[in-house]
Amino acid sequence: MIEIKDIHKSFGENYVLKGISGLFQDGRNNLIIGGSGSGKTTLLKCMVGLHEPDDGSVLYDGRDFTRLSNQERIEIRKEIGMLFQNSALFDSMTVEDNIMFPLNMFTTQSREEKLERANFCLSRVNLEGKNKLFPSELSGGMKKRVGIARAISMQPKYLFVDEPNSGLDPLTSIVIDELINELTDEYNMTTVVVTHDMNSVMGIGENILFLADGRKEWEGSNKEIAHTNNPKVNDFVFASKFAQAAREKL
Amino acid sequence: MFTDFGRYILLLKAVFKRPEQWKIYWKNIAHEMVYIGVNSIYLIGIISIFVGAVMTLQIAFQLQSDLIPKTIIGSVNRDSAILELSPTISALVLAGKIGSSISSEIGTMRVTEQIDALEIMGINTPGYLILPKIIAGVSMIPLLVIISIALNIIGGYIGGTFSGAITGADYYRGITEGFNPYTIVVSLTKAFVFGFIITSVAAYQGFYVKGSALEVGRASTSTVVISCISILFADYIITDLLL
Repeated sequence: MIEIKDIHKSFGENYVLKGISGLFQDGRNNLIIGGSGSGKTTLLKCMVGLHEPDDGSVLYDGRDFTRLSNQERIEIRKEIGMLFQNSALFDSMTVEDNIMFPLNMFTTQSREEKLERANFCLSRVNLEGKNKLFPSELSGGMKKRVGIARAISMQPKYLFVDEPNSGLDPLTSIVIDELINELTDEYNMTTVVVTHDMNSVMGIGENILFLADGRKEWEGSNKEIAHTNNPKVNDFVFASKFAQAAREKL
Repeated sequence: MFTDFGRYILLLKAVFKRPEQWKIYWKNIAHEMVYIGVNSIYLIGIISIFVGAVMTLQIAFQLQSDLIPKTIIGSVNRDSAILELSPTISALVLAGKIGSSISSEIGTMRVTEQIDALEIMGINTPGYLILPKIIAGVSMIPLLVIISIALNIIGGYIGGTFSGAITGADYYRGITEGFNPYTIVVSLTKAFVFGFIITSVAAYQGFYVKGSALEVGRASTSTVVISCISILFADYIITDLLL
């Protein structure tokens, strides 16, 4: 479980996060949604320590990440997996080496054991036999899946996903969403997904945090979001004419 | 400027922390040694031969006097190559070739979130990315300078004898007479310091890139400019201190 308490973050005079609190449960897909510039990615980066919050705390099962030393943070980071918006695969390494990289750095496993784990992770994301390809030889969807395979290679307790569907076609997006959903159940991970893709919201949003102007505007599930009276949430969810027409039939 | 210098020092402090896995670092160091050292031999070789040849002709032109023995041409070319031309010109050329490449490589990793990915994993990113490059730089650039000195002197022989400015025997006597081994110490000290400057300045510029691919290009340009100025400044300081 991850708890955030009163997170503030500014860049110079630009106040991006203005006191956000929330709870992200184990074994659930927790979505952070909101329009562009609402502070979603900044919140995610504050949670994983890529940005230092100006105020507030981030608790990983009660351990306050913001108050820990760098050495103590490393122990928590070994329990974190993250899929980046552009996958962030290491260009100079093959798919196999990308997945084995955290194992090489932090475990004493033999090469055979690491290879076995890499093959398992690849099979889990339906990319068997792609071990020797380089990231430049993969499609966008395949890169995302390799990113997920790398993120789960150390069997993380916490999975962070930044815009998993950006740049993907709708069918591939659904595949990625389903994969995230399955892995969250399988490993009982605390999964936090930043997205503005409504298909993801309706498909896997068990717990949704809606941000607007750096504040938490609404919180609920995918079943509740279509029926809320919050005007900002409605403007976001029913932005397209298609969605507005669908709403009228609800 | 002071902020940049402070950040540079803090980055170096992080670079020299104990590595997570020496085995992986050694592999990276070997890879960087090949890239920085072996892959630069051809370029440094060509430049050194031509610089040596041209220097010999210019020295011969300036020392046209019956009172000055021709062997002096070889001696002056040798000492110029050892003390100044080989370490400094090699370093300036390598600042362009290696410096811009290191800066682009690390800068691209920054803008494509690869450095963020390393940090999320709990890896000491400055150490993992920069330490192998610095170790490769300070070990391979002195070796390149030794090769450069040798080729510079050979180039002087070829240029001088081919043009008729000096005979082969006079040139050989010139380069073997009055040799002071201390000049090699000065030369290698310069090469070591220049190697550190080239790799660390480039890594710093790349590591703190913000924004897009455009910024990666700008960081690359800044790397070459700052490295060249720093090399020339360090050249003066070392020469003043050691000679």
